Amino acid sequence: MKLDPTPLYSAIVAFVVLNAVIGMVTYVTLLERKFAARMQSRIGPYRVGPHGLLQPIADALKLMMKEDVVPRLADRGVYNLAPVVFLIPCMLIFATVPFAPGLGIADLNIGILFFLAVSAMEIVGLFMGGWGSNNKYALISAMRAVNQIISYDLPFIFISLVPVVLAGSLKLSDIAAAQAGLWYVFYFPLGTVAFAAYIVATLAAENRVPFDILEAESELIAGFRVEYSGMKFALIQLGEYAHMIGTSFLGALLFLGAWSGPGPAWMGPLWFLGKAMFVFLLVTWIRWSFVRIRVDQILAISWKLLLPASLLLLMATALMIVLRGGSGA
Amino acid sequence: MSDPEARKVIEMGYAGSERLTMNMGPQHPSAHGVFRAILSLEGETVVDIDAVIGYLHRCHEKLAETLTYTQYPSIASKTDYVAAMTSELAYVRAAELVGKIEVPKRAQYLRVIAAELQRIASHCLWLGTWTLDMGGALGGGATIFLYCIREREWVLDLFEALVGARLLYGFHQVGGTRYDIPAGWDKKVRDTIALVERRLDEYEDMLESNAFFQVRTQGVGVVSRELAQEIGFSGPLIRGSGVGYDIRRAEPYSSYEDFDFKVPVETAGDCYARYRVRMAEFRESIKIVRQALDGLPAGPISSRPGVKSVGQVRIAKGEAYARVEGARGEVGCYLIADGSAKPYRMKWRGASFSNLSVLPHILIGCKIADVVAIMGSVDPVFGEVDR
Amino acid sequence: MSAGGEGPALTVSVPVERWLELGRFAKDTLGCQYFNFSTAVDWKEQGLEVVARVENLDANFHLTLRTKLPAGETRCPSLVPVWRGANWMERECYDMFGILFEGHPDLRRILLPQDWEGHPLLKSYAVDTPHPPYR
Repeated sequence: MKLDPTPLYSAIVAFVVLNAVIGMVTYVTLLERKFAARMQSRIGPYRVGPHGLLQPIADALKLMMKEDVVPRLADRGVYNLAPVVFLIPCMLIFATVPFAPGLGIADLNIGILFFLAVSAMEIVGLFMGGWGSNNKYALISAMRAVNQIISYDLPFIFISLVPVVLAGSLKLSDIAAAQAGLWYVFYFPLGTVAFAAYIVATLAAENRVPFDILEAESELIAGFRVEYSGMKFALIQLGEYAHMIGTSFLGALLFLGAWSGPGPAWMGPLWFLGKAMFVFLLVTWIRWSFVRIRVDQILAISWKLLLPASLLLLMATALMIVLRGGSGA
Repeated sequence: MSDPEARKVIEMGYAGSERLTMNMGPQHPSAHGVFRAILSLEGETVVDIDAVIGYLHRCHEKLAETLTYTQYPSIASKTDYVAAMTSELAYVRAAELVGKIEVPKRAQYLRVIAAELQRIASHCLWLGTWTLDMGGALGGGATIFLYCIREREWVLDLFEALVGARLLYGFHQVGGTRYDIPAGWDKKVRDTIALVERRLDEYEDMLESNAFFQVRTQGVGVVSRELAQEIGFSGPLIRGSGVGYDIRRAEPYSSYEDFDFKVPVETAGDCYARYRVRMAEFRESIKIVRQALDGLPAGPISSRPGVKSVGQVRIAKGEAYARVEGARGEVGCYLIADGSAKPYRMKWRGASFSNLSVLPHILIGCKIADVVAIMGSVDPVFGEVDR
Repeated sequence: MSAGGEGPALTVSVPVERWLELGRFAKDTLGCQYFNFSTAVDWKEQGLEVVARVENLDANFHLTLRTKLPAGETRCPSLVPVWRGANWMERECYDMFGILFEGHPDLRRILLPQDWEGHPLLKSYAVDTPHPPYR
């Protein structure tokens, strides 16, 4: 099915994807809560709907009905815009992700470049939130966030380039198609190491424990979100989880072969979803098992460990390609 | 507000220097109660701290002058409310020391069992809340917190069977204990501590093989031997700084000399050393409980049984200082009696008060994240600090 | 000066002028590095008395230091130059009894709010003294 580029078609697909993403985000919160609960030997949401299945709906309704408390001395324009500026890049990354061969909103030639560049723009919204709140906790958190996300985006980009080099194309559907034979995670040792490093970089770029120094409940309460309530808070949560799922999808696409899997072709998107959820749960598993580390230690890990490692990995991959003769693998 | 300290909080020092005054206020997820630390920060480093306490001050010492020796033990448990058994013990021991009142052997063993079980429960809470502070309510810390609370619940069930209350008991009275053990409690205790012992191995493993935990706690909050002694550190904190001072060994009370247990000592003086001391103490407490249950003698549980009136116990003129090894350190009660049914003066030496006073000395130069880790390892309970 | 006690317990009572000297002697010569607590007692007409307890952990020996302040007198030298742990303890004595410690680096109320009037643990302060807006 070739992609018909009329604006109406794109608009409809975009609308569908956006709704799907929002729906997925709400239910992914339930998935995470259930998963975490089982790890902590308890059950998780159970009462709202059968086995807690209506819990996210209840949460969404609650957030919509909550009072929107704005601090008196907050910088109103910046404060109000911050959730929106935060949310837009997090939703925009789904534009380039192909859910099946040919099914996607805009399968750009520079797909992965667009993805990485846009996802890094959430820092702006984050910092706006921290600054506009007129709250010292939020400010410290915003400064830490900028520090951390910038430090970790570099290794993140280099690691994401490993599958690009292996596939020989920046287009995401090409990378996915090139894994029809063997998923990149099984390209021992480079692919596996790259996947592990990708998980670490994702944890850091997503502000998940052990790298969640920017929100650090026990130190900075809720970080840059501390002064937000009601729908604005919901938008920020939405953005965070959307970004999280987006990078899970990217991970599944880059390393786990996206839609390739046994069964008929229409099961491709389902496989893709399953793999993305696997990556997500892997990240969640790590999140609920570790304590967090200090901000100077986080930066040390990034600059002294992860960045050189990811550069080496990239160079080794390139070397391997050259030695095998030609592009593609 | 006429409180001049409150004004310090609101200013943001941007004039030239990068100093930021931040309030880790009395309402904070890791304040361990109500504690206010006015931090002056340069970037992420703490350059000055003003520790403000007193939010939980309930005038215990004045109250003790108005309540009789029979009425006060229940109130004494509210100082260190996490380890209430040892708090009550300090008060009744002081009254017994001054009045030269004998305590029957069975009561002494029961007191030991209660105190050691209380130490296990208190350390469970300490471990849970400390990792919660370090790992966040939405992260690995919460996992260990919930596991530890689950173990603590088993121990609190034991106390409920014994006394009827889970947190604040009225178990001790001047002359002995108020309750005897119910049928079948012996077996329940043994089962519970066996369970706690097994699970403890898991938690130790989970934490110590975790590089993040090591990196967060080693070298953080080092308290030197000299500082520890001058400040009046006690309990697991001073033992983590290299001084092997345990009241159960230095001045045995309540038949502690009958039991065989080690006193764990670490020399590093950092958070990790204090953690290791407390983990070892878990196991020693389990050993002591087993020995006490094995050797529990028959006999009366109090030399002054039956409370007929609140003014029943009268203690002649005299004064004494009685101390016990609480979960947080040396809990002491300095009592001056004047012959009536109420004390003339009671001074409560709370372990956490002295422990907490070390903060201005060791927090300068730490990062904000270290403040939280150090406070958790000091493990203050504000009932004891503020009384 | 008078001393008394049984076994390894020792109580030493000195006049106020020699309080600091006694503290230094206890720490340097007797090796009592451990500062346990310091408090005060209100003996009504006879005045206040400051009590401190220090210990020598290695020799397992403790020493109770006492000094009686003359009736009506509220000043006493501070032990903070000798033991850093006396800092908060003496702040509490000031808060509760009104004893002014000379040489204390930061003498202000610790448990009660800064605008509280009166010193509660004195016998002259009734338990139910009203103090708006706190009670």
